[in-house]
Amino acid sequence: MKAKVHVYLKPGVLDVQGKAVEGALHDLGWGGVSNVRVGKLLEFDLDGADQEAARGELKAMCEKLLANTVIESYKVEVA
Amino acid sequence: MTFKAAVLVFPGSNCDRDCKTAVETTVNGKVDMVWHEDTTLPSGLDLIVIPGGFSYGDYLRCGAMASLSPIMQAVKAEAERGMSVLGICNGFQILCEAGMLPGALLRNSALKYVCKPIELKIENRKTRFTNAYGNAQSVWMTQGNGDGNFFADEATLKDIEDNNQVVFRYAENPNGSMNDIAGLINKKGNVLGMMPHPDRAFEDALGSADGGPLFRSLVGALQSA
Repeated sequence: MKAKVHVYLKPGVLDVQGKAVEGALHDLGWGGVSNVRVGKLLEFDLDGADQEAARGELKAMCEKLLANTVIESYKVEVA
Repeated sequence: MTFKAAVLVFPGSNCDRDCKTAVETTVNGKVDMVWHEDTTLPSGLDLIVIPGGFSYGDYLRCGAMASLSPIMQAVKAEAERGMSVLGICNGFQILCEAGMLPGALLRNSALKYVCKPIELKIENRKTRFTNAYGNAQSVWMTQGNGDGNFFADEATLKDIEDNNQVVFRYAENPNGSMNDIAGLINKKGNVLGMMPHPDRAFEDALGSADGGPLFRSLVGALQSA
């Protein structure tokens, strides 16, 4: 299985990278851009065929390591 | 009685030797360096120092990988028994990632690495880390980090303030830290995390000796215990 884990700063947590990227996009003329959030995408292979069980495993990985839930939220995908 | 400390060393630690010298110079202590893959700490310790640096290259998040290092299990167990633990800079980030202190450290609000002497207000002088500061209202140490912007949700922040867990506040906030928090202690009062470096300010030749009383406080706390 292919696993994808998206990790972003929670809404309300200041994303200074997002702000900087947004400012640069504005400078380049894309004035309609707002609320830029910079996150992470982790991709990996995962043994097994049970997608539901895999989602559970991925959530556990996020809680323990891949995300810091004090400041970040996450979304998992399997395919 | 000789004051005994252990300084943890992770791949990417760069203030470990500063911390060793600080403890040796300020309290004539005996310091063991402990590699992160070790699973046990030396016996008879009075202090564990988690030094500054860029453990694991700050991969994933500052302090995230280090917080899961084998030695951290031993540190957690000792902390639960009441051992003094001091995390400086990356050490503070590691303590937060390990869940030993509340909150987290975000990227500095101005996106700049802040590296300069910095003035701190002593907010709680009754801790085992600050009892030797006397009536000093403010002290100077140095700051050197890119991710020192303390964050906690509203309820956690209120809890921190209600329990007098803020030990140091910035006189002028350099990084967007909530409530100007520069250093905070756990509820039990034995684990202190701080972004500024007492280990870079312990003798006049370094520009400030204000970090010295922090280490001397620990000796004083042991003698009065």
